[in-house]
Amino acid sequence: MGIESTGTIVAIGTRPGEAAIGIVKLSGDRSIFIADKIFRSKSKKKLSGIDTYNMLYGHIIDNDGHTIDEVVVTLMKKPKSYTKEDVVEINCHGGIIATTKVMELCIESGARIADPGEFTKRAFLNGRIDLSQAEAVIDLVRSKTEQSLKIAAKNLQGNVKKEIKRLKEMILNVLVQLEASVDFIEEDLEITPYQKLTKKVREIKAEMEELISDEKKGEIIKNGVKAAIIGKTNVGKSSLLNLLSKKEKAIVTSIPGTTRDAVEEILYVEGIPLILVDTAGIRKTKSAIEKIGVDRSLKHINEAELVLLVLDGNRKFEKMDLEIIKKIERKKAICCINKVDLKQNLEMERIRKYFNEKFIIKISALKGIGIRKLENKIKALIMDNGDLNLEEKIIINSRHKNILKEVSSLLDSAEKAMKEKMSEEFPSYDLKTAYGLLGEILGETTRDDILDKIFSQFCIGK
Amino acid sequence: MDYDVIVVGAGHAGCEAALASARLGLKTLVLTINVDKIALMPCNPSIGGLGKSQLVREIDAIGGQMAKTTNKTLIQIKILNIRKGPAVQALRAQIDKKEYEIEMKRVLENTKNLTLRQGTVDKILVKDGAAVGVGIESGLLFGGKAVIITTGTFLRGRIIIGEKDYPAGRMGEYPAINLTKNLIGLGFKINRFQTATPPRVDKRTVNFSKTEVQYGDKQPLSFSFWDEEKIYQSIECHLTYTNEKTHKIIAENIEQSPIKSGMVNTHGPRHCPSIDRKVINFPEKKRHPVFIEPEGTYTNEMYLQGLTTSMPVIIQQKIINTVEGLENARIIRPGYAVEYDYIIPSQLNFTLESKIIENLYFAGQINGTSGYEEAAAQGFIAGVNAALKIMNEQPLILTRDNSYIGVLIDDLLTKDLMEPYRMYTSRAEYRLVLRSDNADIRLSKFGNDIGLITNEQYKRVVKREKEIDRLISKLKASSLNPDRGNNIILEKMGTKPIDTPLSIYKLLKRPEVNISDVIDFTGDKRDNYDRIILKQVEIKIKYEGYINRQLSEIKKLESLEKYYLTRDLNYFKIVGLTYEAQEKLTKIKPNTLGQASRIAGISPADISILMLNLKGKLKARI
Ligand SMILES: Cc1cc2nc3c(=O)[nH]c(=O)nc-3n(C[C@H](O)[C@H](O)[C@H](O)COP(=O)(O)OP(=O)(O)OC[C@H]3O[C@@H](n4cnc5c(N)ncnc54)[C@H](O)[C@@H]3O)c2cc1C
Ligand SMILES: Nc1nc2c(ncn2[C@@H]2O[C@H](COP(=O)(O)OP(=O)(O)O)[C@@H](O)[C@H]2O)c(=O)[nH]1
Ligand SMILES: [Mg+2]
Repeated sequence: MGIESTGTIVAIGTRPGEAAIGIVKLSGDRSIFIADKIFRSKSKKKLSGIDTYNMLYGHIIDNDGHTIDEVVVTLMKKPKSYTKEDVVEINCHGGIIATTKVMELCIESGARIADPGEFTKRAFLNGRIDLSQAEAVIDLVRSKTEQSLKIAAKNLQGNVKKEIKRLKEMILNVLVQLEASVDFIEEDLEITPYQKLTKKVREIKAEMEELISDEKKGEIIKNGVKAAIIGKTNVGKSSLLNLLSKKEKAIVTSIPGTTRDAVEEILYVEGIPLILVDTAGIRKTKSAIEKIGVDRSLKHINEAELVLLVLDGNRKFEKMDLEIIKKIERKKAICCINKVDLKQNLEMERIRKYFNEKFIIKISALKGIGIRKLENKIKALIMDNGDLNLEEKIIINSRHKNILKEVSSLLDSAEKAMKEKMSEEFPSYDLKTAYGLLGEILGETTRDDILDKIFSQFCIGK
Repeated sequence: MDYDVIVVGAGHAGCEAALASARLGLKTLVLTINVDKIALMPCNPSIGGLGKSQLVREIDAIGGQMAKTTNKTLIQIKILNIRKGPAVQALRAQIDKKEYEIEMKRVLENTKNLTLRQGTVDKILVKDGAAVGVGIESGLLFGGKAVIITTGTFLRGRIIIGEKDYPAGRMGEYPAINLTKNLIGLGFKINRFQTATPPRVDKRTVNFSKTEVQYGDKQPLSFSFWDEEKIYQSIECHLTYTNEKTHKIIAENIEQSPIKSGMVNTHGPRHCPSIDRKVINFPEKKRHPVFIEPEGTYTNEMYLQGLTTSMPVIIQQKIINTVEGLENARIIRPGYAVEYDYIIPSQLNFTLESKIIENLYFAGQINGTSGYEEAAAQGFIAGVNAALKIMNEQPLILTRDNSYIGVLIDDLLTKDLMEPYRMYTSRAEYRLVLRSDNADIRLSKFGNDIGLITNEQYKRVVKREKEIDRLISKLKASSLNPDRGNNIILEKMGTKPIDTPLSIYKLLKRPEVNISDVIDFTGDKRDNYDRIILKQVEIKIKYEGYINRQLSEIKKLESLEKYYLTRDLNYFKIVGLTYEAQEKLTKIKPNTLGQASRIAGISPADISILMLNLKGKLKARI
């Protein structure tokens, strides 16, 4: 993958001047066809029926007939487009989740996710721009690719990566059996019976499905950055969330423990969608409902890329605070000292033992003090010195998801072939392809793995 | 007198190279160390097998010799993997080795334009960076427009048996000592590999009653597409096993095995480990198979497949006598290991011409491969291309997506060899399409284009292809009504009855249905069709889904193979490539963008960058 320059490609672009993600771009022979498949215009017109450089207003509809987003679609027919191919731009309004969904629909309808810089690459290859312009593209391709790899690796959280590695290994084990029985039939090898292998494939498939559905729940890779707001009860977590999201969503109350369940809010901090989770306050509790909430908040801490710890500046430092701090030791965290509008009783020297001065911020969620500074800090932290590119990140997430889906259907195909007692080379082809795809996610080459493993596992040689 | 093409060596590579070049009308000289040993098989007495059979069929489809000589001298033939799918079935023939040598020598001697001559080449004559001839040890010089080196295991060959070692190309044969130095002087990078062979024993001393008999197939078969299939008289092979006694002797004497004694430090083929290594690496295995195969019809020598070793001869004898059926077996010639020079094959082009010296080609074991078939395939490609170049014709370049030969050469040029290279079906990513049964359909056009396959022969292939298509259309067009009569027939076939009309084509897709069962439904007689056509049709219909998937995969990547990278590219000047990519590309100097993409460590981004930088400079052909 990645080296073909054919097919219709899709990517998410950014509207110039605006940070929010908004445009899904298609380029290639089938762009019009694909767009028409998922787009219903208000005027009942089809893109295939309008002139170049015209726009249509309408909705993107998914396979089940649900409306995904309200959009404006622009058509640029070849050769008068940026890539000299048919280009369709879908301007979305519903924010990042909707935009991502629109891109996914395009992929389901036959588009392929563009490689980094591929639009520009096509423009160049089709003679739209000259070499000097292309040199800029080369830089882009290089830097973006490297960046994508970094982000890809980062996005695959340790356990997911481990999971994929494990599944890949399981596939390899089946492959080794299939291949050994093909290429080394006369070697007196103890090959696992077909039925057993079929069962194995089924198991792998089931685990793969689980991984995919997990991912759908947002546990693998979130589009955007997940941040958890934690702290004791009543320190002002919900107030902070409301302030950041400028909406009244979480229940703000002065009775400890009202934010029972986690409240999620997607908001843009300097253009970065932040999935902010207001967790139930952590405190020793006997109430069953609250216990669930507290458990959840621990789970949210684990999943979050960033933690906003809220402390009440008005109160003294307690053992409870220390316990919370211990829970987030390995996390990227910002320590927010809230309620600076009130008298300060918190012992700051104790805080400084756990947090670098740079990550301690004094705020008032009630009065809106220090919020700007907090936003900047959040941005700096999640951008890791500014190299996070959200467009890329979404693309990579979707790419992963697509690959996993493809792997899952290949496993299906292998299982079917094995059930029909087709000869080993057929399911093996499915599994080899799947194996290669998983390698791609992990950034590993897989060329000689099978033979190597056969030689190490079996006594080959006449 | 000057020649067009000079072939150095008359092993399996040399013979194919020389025959191809001579048959294309070029004056060809074959120089070899000993003309009594033409196309000698120093190891197993068989040709074909998994992956290798495909190679032989492909050589045959384009007009090479190996399959024909095999047909003439085989003493047993069978289909391997007969219960599996067509892509992984393979022919293997047991060969009368002496007959094979005699027959191949006869063919060489009776080929127009071909001169055979004894002589050990010790230098390549080079002028202006191009080969112009060779010199032999007696001092004679021969002029030629191209030189093909196929020296097998002979370059600085060193034989090892137990604690003894001595210079030899093969047991009892002189090595070629000086040529390596000459090649290094010309700038070639050389490395060393080793390989080994088992002992041979006297048939009269084997107790066959204690072994399992292995028969050949009793159906009409042919290795070559151009010979009639026939049922061969076949000689039996036998199977026995090693046991704990065997393993004990080996363990007791392991210090004398080259793997422990340090007598051999080079890499050998993992697919042919010595019995010493098998016992050491797989202690949990209680027995290893030993195939007893005749070396020919007129000899008592029996080859012991599975007992490869280069332990001292006395211990070899002891090892053998522990095996059931071999208790009294007497060694005629011992097993041994041989260590030799090979050239790092990434110094070659797809035509097997070297990148360093023009008009100098390399083929066979000298390129780091092992096996007769692998050698023959390369010899053929080198011979054809040397000739085509002299004739000013387009080269013959086979690719991964059209042949195993393409896979072989691409792997050699692209991979780092860690051991002698052997072909397996699993190396061919498109093996569902690259089958032994359709090699003629895939490749005989190339043979016809260059002139090694006659129009007559080629027409036969085209005609067959048409008949195949016609029959498929017919099966698609004819359908079966769900009446009682038909359903009774279906049930007899062991397949589900139908309740709506079904095309014969769809019916044939059912795993349990054979083509010969359904032809009658079309109103045609089964006998009207050639067996081969029926088989092709059946394969194409039954495996259509998988085959089409591979075809579309091939199409997707095809475009990259069309971009040729010139040799003089300075990768260090290409902006945007990583240093690693620059180094790797400079080392391997890939011929095409496709090949570049297969080099370990080259990323899709690197390929994009190459494409962008080289737009306009990339050529569609060399
Ligand atoms: C001991 C041994 C064990 C082997 N075991 C296996 C095995 O287990 N499995 C397997 O697949 N393959 C095995 N092989 C390899 C197989 O025999 C070779 O791969 C195959 O024969 C190579 O063919 P070739 O044409 O490249 O070279 P060869 O068949 O070796 O032919 C080389 C020819 O070149 C000639 N020659 C060499 N140098 C010169 C010179 N300077 N001037 C003129 N003529 C020269 C020689 O006389 C010879 O005719 C083994 C080989 C040996 C020797
Ligand atoms: N004075 C002052 N009160 C605050 C501030 N932030 C929150 N509060 C009050 O503290 C109480 C608890 O706030 P809430 O957001 O529900 O806390 P949570 O339990 O951590 O979610 C509410 O009465 C808020 O109005 C602040 O910065 N200053
Ligand atoms: Mg709250």
